[in-house]
Amino acid sequence: MSNEKVTGAQALVKSLEHAGVDVMFGIPGGAILPAYDPIFDSPIRHILVRHEQGAGHAATGYAQATGRVGVCIATSGPGATNLVTPLADAQMDSVPIVAITGQVSSGAIGTDAFQEADIRGITMPVTKHSFLVTDPADISRAVAEAFHIASTGRPGAVLVDIAKDALQTMTDFSYPKSIDLKGYKPVYEPESSAIRDAAALIAQSTSPVLYVGGGAIKSAAHKELLKLAEVTGAPVVTTLMALGSFPDSHPQHLGMPGMHGTVPAVTALQKSDLLITLGARFDDRVTGKLSSFAPNAKVIHADIDPAEIGKNRYADVALVGDLRLTIDALIPAIKAEFKKSQPDLTAWWNLLNTWRQKYPLGYDLPSDGSLSPQYVIERLGKIVGPDGIFVAGVGQHQMWASQFISYENPRTWLNSGGLGTMGYAVPAAMGAKVGAPDKTVWAIDGDGCFQMTNQELVTCAINNIPIKIAIINNESLGMVRQWQTLFYNERFSNTDLHSKRIPDFAKLGEAMGCVGLRCDRPEDVDKTIAAAMEINDQPVVVDFSVHRDAMVWPMVAAGASNDDIVVARSMAPVWDSQEL
Amino acid sequence: MTETTKHSHTLSVLVENSPGVLARVASLFSRRAYNIDSLAVGPTEDPNYSRMTIVIDVESHGLAQVIQQLDKLINVISIIELEPVVSVQRELLLVKVSTDATTRSQVLETVQLFRAKVVDVAQDAVTIEATGNSEKIQALLRVLEPYGIKELVQSGLVAMSRGLKPGSKDLDKK
Repeated sequence: MSNEKVTGAQALVKSLEHAGVDVMFGIPGGAILPAYDPIFDSPIRHILVRHEQGAGHAATGYAQATGRVGVCIATSGPGATNLVTPLADAQMDSVPIVAITGQVSSGAIGTDAFQEADIRGITMPVTKHSFLVTDPADISRAVAEAFHIASTGRPGAVLVDIAKDALQTMTDFSYPKSIDLKGYKPVYEPESSAIRDAAALIAQSTSPVLYVGGGAIKSAAHKELLKLAEVTGAPVVTTLMALGSFPDSHPQHLGMPGMHGTVPAVTALQKSDLLITLGARFDDRVTGKLSSFAPNAKVIHADIDPAEIGKNRYADVALVGDLRLTIDALIPAIKAEFKKSQPDLTAWWNLLNTWRQKYPLGYDLPSDGSLSPQYVIERLGKIVGPDGIFVAGVGQHQMWASQFISYENPRTWLNSGGLGTMGYAVPAAMGAKVGAPDKTVWAIDGDGCFQMTNQELVTCAINNIPIKIAIINNESLGMVRQWQTLFYNERFSNTDLHSKRIPDFAKLGEAMGCVGLRCDRPEDVDKTIAAAMEINDQPVVVDFSVHRDAMVWPMVAAGASNDDIVVARSMAPVWDSQEL
Repeated sequence: MTETTKHSHTLSVLVENSPGVLARVASLFSRRAYNIDSLAVGPTEDPNYSRMTIVIDVESHGLAQVIQQLDKLINVISIIELEPVVSVQRELLLVKVSTDATTRSQVLETVQLFRAKVVDVAQDAVTIEATGNSEKIQALLRVLEPYGIKELVQSGLVAMSRGLKPGSKDLDKK
């Protein structure tokens, strides 16, 4: 095989093609400019965004909707620093993305050159790995390794920073056939002894809970998870990152645990004797006060990242490996144990069902007849159905979208869970629609979030990416306002956005090449959604003007114990003595 | 959280000899709020790899977590904890001690006693080089202190397992 003589820039683009990239989101600039010349001729679709942050979240949305690696590209300095938030966001939610950035020429590195920023140094704590390439001969290997690292093991964000002169210099191109990183060997097969130990614990438990996290979606373990649930008969809770990995409509599903989880889901974890933890990480938003979380439970912890085992909560049995393979191995082991003795979960289910009946999710309609945000979101879920993809921003609307839409399939619910990035929704929805063009993609966004990244609607309009945006406009930073209501004596410091007055979201949408719609009466909700659903050749922005005092319930206050869940304002659940 | 005791651990960490590795390790320790007592980096018998000897002060239950987090760094090849009894641990000390005609012989006697070396002599001071484990270095300093320590510089700890135990050639351990 003879190696081809190419420029570093051509080597980069060829490497991206070899890595299977079909689309990337980016903006050119000085240092990355050499790469944009071969991009012009490449079959890879390049979508010119309006802000690098949009490119990063679009890559993330693409990756979350498809399971493939998302790619974004930016120039040095400010282009690269604008990617920091999406890199941190993707890394926190274990989303595989690769960011390519231009760097000033190698001779200028360290001289405070024009548009120089040490992006590798800046992103070190928020990426899975990063490369700085100054030799064109190293480009193809760096790209190949970046895709390998981003997509295997626990997925994550990887940055490849390439000096301008490396892009301009000639080199021999060959794409590595295999990758062997001495310091990176993810373990996929769980240990069989640990599988047996886990099965034995499950066979002894009379109040188990399957505590399912985002790993179930990343490892495509949804079918195996359904089987495991049915074999064990155990209740299932799915975290914010796991929604859709197990059908919400399934009778064993108790809802989402955590700060705004359902009473049955939160309480099941609290009262359980065994947490069968599957690709979840005992995040503080799930556990509440850690020392009082699930005090009587033993823990089986399955995760591909060994560092998650015992990080927050001691694990009695650790199952390090790919979740799909782990569940596959668990099922026969559990069946074998159950042949000896199968625990009776009747009493546990009686208790769970009591909680379900007593404390279903719900909301009050505003007494003044104005629009309820929960109602809008609930109707959206019903009308769009379980085949649509919903992408949320961060805040109250995100929590309501997690609560009042029924998720039946993996990769239909995209949000920024770990980092909590306001402004995630519009660009991530754009990326999701590019990755899944046949799906209806709705961003459910807040009026605060929307004003952070809506410029990407221009990108959508120009590039024929017809996403739909439901702005849940309560003219305030709603979640912060909720905390001010509950914990700061209703002193609403800097949370009033006045967004029913300025801007006019429908007009703003129109100005950006979208169809703009408005809705402020409950009786218009269905027909407004139907009208938006009719439009498939343009993005649509719907301004739902909703009541501003609606709050997200239930709630476990930050730092409080999950035992102190509040169902509605000043309304704690009343437990029968025998329940406790 | 249950009560845990603070404890020093010595980790011998084999890493790729590539730019930025030290920054990655330092960044990880800083981000996760782990306390480093000392850190020494140097080449190994193989030019592709460097070895870091890291002494960390970590609650006993946290050691496994530190090792797991370090192990996640792509450039980290292997990590071994070196227990003091089964490893050789050394620090290097250079110390400048005030002396005059009356105290010089006493200082030199101390140097002999600790099997240290005088590496520079001036009219009013001697500079001493000593190697040893932390206890020996601390003991030497305590004895020298009354004479007046004018300047002191110390290396981080370096350590190696005793005998032919894994330590240098265990690249496949991970």
